[in-house]
Amino acid sequence: MEMINLTIDHKPVVVRKGATVLEAASGIGIDIPTLCYMKLEDMNIENKPGGCRVCVVEVKGRRNLAPACCTEASEGMEISTHSIRVVNARRTVVELILSDHPADCLICAKSGNCDLQDMANHLGIRKIHYQGEHSMYREDTSPAIIREINKCIMCRRCETMCNDVQTIGVLSAVNRGFQAVVSPAFEMNLDHSVCTYCGQCVAVCPTGALTEVDETGAVIRALSDPTKTVIVQTAPAVRAALGEEFGMTAGTLVTGKMVAALRRLGFDYVFDTDFAADLTILEEGTELLNRLSAFMAGDQQVKLPILTSCCPAWVKFFEHHFPELKDIPSTARSPQQMFGSIAKTYFADKIKVKRENLVVVSIMPCLAKKYESSRPEFSVNGNPDVDYALTTRELAHLINLGNIDFKSLQNEDFDAPMGESTGAGVIFGTTGGVIEAAVRTAYEIFTGKQLPRLDFEELRGMEGLRKATIDFNGTPINIGIAHGLGNARKLLEEIQAGTSEFHAIEIMSCPGGCIGGGGQPYHHGDSEILKKRQRAIYSEDQNKSIRKSHENPYITKLYEEFLGAPLSEKSHHLLHTKYFDRS
Amino acid sequence: MKIIAEYNMHILVCGGAGCKASQSEMIKTNFKNKLNEYGLADEIQVIMTGCFGFCEKGPIVKILPDNTFYTQVTPEDVPEIVDEHIIKGRIVERLLYLNPETNERVSDSKEMDIFKKQIRIALHNCGIIDPENIEEYIGRDGYSALGTCLSEKTPEEAIRLIKDSGLRGRGGGGFPTGLKWELTRKSISDQKYVVCNADEGDPGAFMDRSILEGDPHSVLEAMAICGFCIGADKGLVYIRAEYPLAIERLKIAIGQAREYGLLGNDILGTGFNFDIEIRYGAGAFVCGEETALIHSMEGERGEPTVKPPFPAEKGYNGKPTNVNNVETFANIPAIINKGAEWFASIGTEKSKGTKVFALAGNINNVGLIEVPMGITLREIIYDIGGGIKDGRRFKAVQTGGPSGGCLTQSFLNTPIDYDNLVAAGSMMGSGGMIVLDDSNCMVAIAKFYLEFILEESCGKCTPCRIGNKRLYEILEKITDGKGELEDLNRLRLLSNVIKDTSLCGLGQTSPNPVLSTLDNFYDEYLAHVNSSSCPAGQCKALVNYTIDADKCTGCTLCFRNCPVGAISGEKRGVHSIVQSLCIKCGVCFEKCKFDAVLIA
Amino acid sequence: MMFRGIASVSSNQITIPINSTMNKIKTLADLKKLQAEVQSKISLRVKGDSPESLIQIKVSMATCGIASGAKDTLTFMTEELDHQGIDALITQTGCMGYCYAEPTIQLTIPGKEPVVYGFVNKTKALEIIEKHIKLNELVDGIIPANYSSTDN
Repeated sequence: MEMINLTIDHKPVVVRKGATVLEAASGIGIDIPTLCYMKLEDMNIENKPGGCRVCVVEVKGRRNLAPACCTEASEGMEISTHSIRVVNARRTVVELILSDHPADCLICAKSGNCDLQDMANHLGIRKIHYQGEHSMYREDTSPAIIREINKCIMCRRCETMCNDVQTIGVLSAVNRGFQAVVSPAFEMNLDHSVCTYCGQCVAVCPTGALTEVDETGAVIRALSDPTKTVIVQTAPAVRAALGEEFGMTAGTLVTGKMVAALRRLGFDYVFDTDFAADLTILEEGTELLNRLSAFMAGDQQVKLPILTSCCPAWVKFFEHHFPELKDIPSTARSPQQMFGSIAKTYFADKIKVKRENLVVVSIMPCLAKKYESSRPEFSVNGNPDVDYALTTRELAHLINLGNIDFKSLQNEDFDAPMGESTGAGVIFGTTGGVIEAAVRTAYEIFTGKQLPRLDFEELRGMEGLRKATIDFNGTPINIGIAHGLGNARKLLEEIQAGTSEFHAIEIMSCPGGCIGGGGQPYHHGDSEILKKRQRAIYSEDQNKSIRKSHENPYITKLYEEFLGAPLSEKSHHLLHTKYFDRS
Repeated sequence: MKIIAEYNMHILVCGGAGCKASQSEMIKTNFKNKLNEYGLADEIQVIMTGCFGFCEKGPIVKILPDNTFYTQVTPEDVPEIVDEHIIKGRIVERLLYLNPETNERVSDSKEMDIFKKQIRIALHNCGIIDPENIEEYIGRDGYSALGTCLSEKTPEEAIRLIKDSGLRGRGGGGFPTGLKWELTRKSISDQKYVVCNADEGDPGAFMDRSILEGDPHSVLEAMAICGFCIGADKGLVYIRAEYPLAIERLKIAIGQAREYGLLGNDILGTGFNFDIEIRYGAGAFVCGEETALIHSMEGERGEPTVKPPFPAEKGYNGKPTNVNNVETFANIPAIINKGAEWFASIGTEKSKGTKVFALAGNINNVGLIEVPMGITLREIIYDIGGGIKDGRRFKAVQTGGPSGGCLTQSFLNTPIDYDNLVAAGSMMGSGGMIVLDDSNCMVAIAKFYLEFILEESCGKCTPCRIGNKRLYEILEKITDGKGELEDLNRLRLLSNVIKDTSLCGLGQTSPNPVLSTLDNFYDEYLAHVNSSSCPAGQCKALVNYTIDADKCTGCTLCFRNCPVGAISGEKRGVHSIVQSLCIKCGVCFEKCKFDAVLIA
Repeated sequence: MMFRGIASVSSNQITIPINSTMNKIKTLADLKKLQAEVQSKISLRVKGDSPESLIQIKVSMATCGIASGAKDTLTFMTEELDHQGIDALITQTGCMGYCYAEPTIQLTIPGKEPVVYGFVNKTKALEIIEKHIKLNELVDGIIPANYSSTDN
């Protein structure tokens, strides 16, 4: 590898050819501040338009200051990162951004999590020397995402996520000069666009320009309404990240504390979406096995591969972009919606509460879940199966509002019957998890044998596209995994072209899967956080006594008491759905 | 056709604005009278002409058919010219042009070509050939440069020639063209591109448009030569859609060149393939920046990206791309045909050849000019431009468009080339040259250019997007009479940061009009902030219209035209303006026939 | 006498006089041959010592010229010369650089130096036809060439 010698702030440094000045500096402990720059290490996600100009440094011999994030280190370079010229320029640049930014910090949804606020503080800015007109745009509200574009600083991170990573292309810069802003084409509303509500734009937005629709108020009202029974379900990825909102290190599992907190908030029953995840495996797994068996028997009509359907952003994605493939994904509803559907029928009957008096709240790592719960096919006579889908972050706000000292809470257990789950349900929270859970069940049903091992390392990891072949007792089953819709698109294009080698494919929209969801605590571009959450998910699986969905006794009971069998008529009615051509 | 009568002789009297001011009308009258005296009016015709471009030595009189050229002629000289030259056939020596170098009198204007201030290389076919007829271009040695390169030179030799000629990019930056070609040649790739930047966007600039409208083949030929040199078989012209005529002519030219086998496969039987396509820009100034231009051609938002990588390494579709502007290309065939030495003999040490300028503003002969590098501003303004309009006082010349600066009186004798202009706080730019006089407020000028930048910035980087807006707001405050001394300091500080931190050339140069006016016209800024006055009388908020009681005739014209009823007075009585009602629209000033409305 | 101007004006398109016998230039020799042909044609026109020779009028038809009415001038002169039966070759050309004096035309009487006129509206055009073309008198408004070109 060719190496480059340079000096930064008079310190010599040797870096590989191709490294940026920013990387070279960080290697020797010089932390050049950045704002628009974002890199998710190992995930091939990078945003460096060189636009904010906060990271400028002085390069000896160059006429102008250079952005450290996108200036390649070259032999003999002499760089100062904090000369008076640099500091003055950096501060002026941040002052300029602030001069066109609403001073809403006290009431901003992003307060405390805002990269711009941090930068202003970091640079000790106490006065904005250049004041003037603010750019004004109308606010745009959709079922999941709010665009408060007055707060956009044109960092373009959302654009990178939307265009490069997710290949949706909804968000891009429009207009020129002072009016330039990131927006859907023709400044139309997000809900008129092909936005999937994956929420990755929100996850990376450095300011309050992109935030989630806040439903905490509605939940509080429901909780204080004596006529309502309010039950809550928590998605698997939430427990691996919620602690971060309370200053705990990333990757700390807070399942028990989360249950305790929810109970204190006044939820009548605290349940687990993992229960519904186990149910999903039985429905989806059976569907997979049926299709597989027909395929093996030579049925030309059967369509393979089967695609998972747990991720609502993914569902909306193929409805917009690949409607001709809409009968390929599993018809199984997502765990959130299976939970809602069962809760408002089976469970409501059990506790003798009328459907309209039962409020189902879900805690999700996801913004698209807000949209999913509002889809008309998931309501009965206008009463939705899931009333409110809160994000992990919203739950943290609720906990704060409840004056709960989260860290000191004692662990508590979920309520029965819909709180009981297996390790297979837990791993739904990470990329590779749904398919691993499905394999655990499908293998045993297909082969009639006990699995010799439960940890399918070949299905795990952070690679955007992964594939593995699992030996179903002599029958090789090819499995594909994609996270990030750009990666999903590649697999779908293979299917379209008839070159796909897979029997089953798992797709999650967010990089990392649900642990990296748009509703999770902000990772601020640190992909280590995502990896730690992933490890936490697998350790929860390890610690579970039951790790295969079909062994969940409450699921067995549900089939016995209510549904009959997987893919029964009742299952079809309550647990399956159909897809629409939205192209 | 029969010619019924024919004058034997013509006397041409310069009627250019500069000469007119020096009594050329009177000279013409005197000639006519004198000729009448002698009964020669039917044989000798006196004609008033346009500007001879020799205003410094005006008024000019030229006698045909012998081409005698008299300079600094006064009405009193007329009898002598008639008596001596017309009647006796003896040239009036004392009125001939004195060549300052040889100290000899020159009589034949044909020999005076060398004193002509303009040399046309890039424009040499403009206004001569029919741009829609390829044969006219071919008839003027068109495509022979391409022929020479393809059959007699290696690409390296041709690049060497361009390097030796000293040609620098005419789009503004002045990067050596030959070096650029060499860099692109050295990039290894299966596919390379030649791009012609025809996204001319400076306010008031139309050099490239004129070349494309007047001589499109010269650009096509040069692009093919460039393709041969760098190893590209594909050329793209990026032209703004607002240039329909240029596009039309370019399309016709490309079609004809293909038809004649001068574009396409196996050109001139040499096995060299080259074809050209047109790409349309939506008229964004920033797309003149080469990385933004390339992104725009790729169908992306026209935004610049950080260089390096330069287009020579990674350009259109990620392939090595050579981008030159129209005027640069238009010089290439002449350089190949006439040699590097010939080209290098024109101009200054570091800036060779000529530059086309769009001469505009408060000058008599607004027009498109092509002058050798090293010419002085004085020559351009007074000899070619015919001096300042309405006899006003010269104040400054703005060059380089929104990226440039203002050159003042003290730079009138500075030879114009890339480096001198930068040293003087401006830049060559693409060739807009706007002449300002004492009626132009320099703060308002700076504001004008910044307003342009505000609309044309792509908005990608903070300093250009917000910084320029703040600069503009400070200038607005000053021209509104609300400025403070501290604002002048802030203008300078902010300008320097914008220059230092902007992503592309647009932002890096956008504060130049502010800085250069601050440097050269600080007093004018001070007058705005200290005494709330605009010396040029241009800033409406700072001027008051009053009526001079001595001059007012009470004609009521101002009274009738005032849109807000701010003027009072009886018919045939003195009128006055009620300041509290006046909106400073200036209608009264324009309407008054007696100069009774004053601006102060 | 028949009007032989090759520039017929229709809407905004001017027909292009391409030599139909000339198809494709295949070699450098072909190019040189065509060059020589065209050059001799031009010099015949200019020298005016041949029955081929014609009065030649070039109208500056760049955007600046057109904006100032060059198209009207071109149409008017074409029609007027046709109407009067004067044999002339009218072509369009690019910007002559005298933007302050648009529309501009260049008039070449065979055997004489080309003369450029500025501000050629219909009145001026008529004056030029009546006096310069028909009587060979110069008319006010001549613009002296103020440049030298690479080829002279």
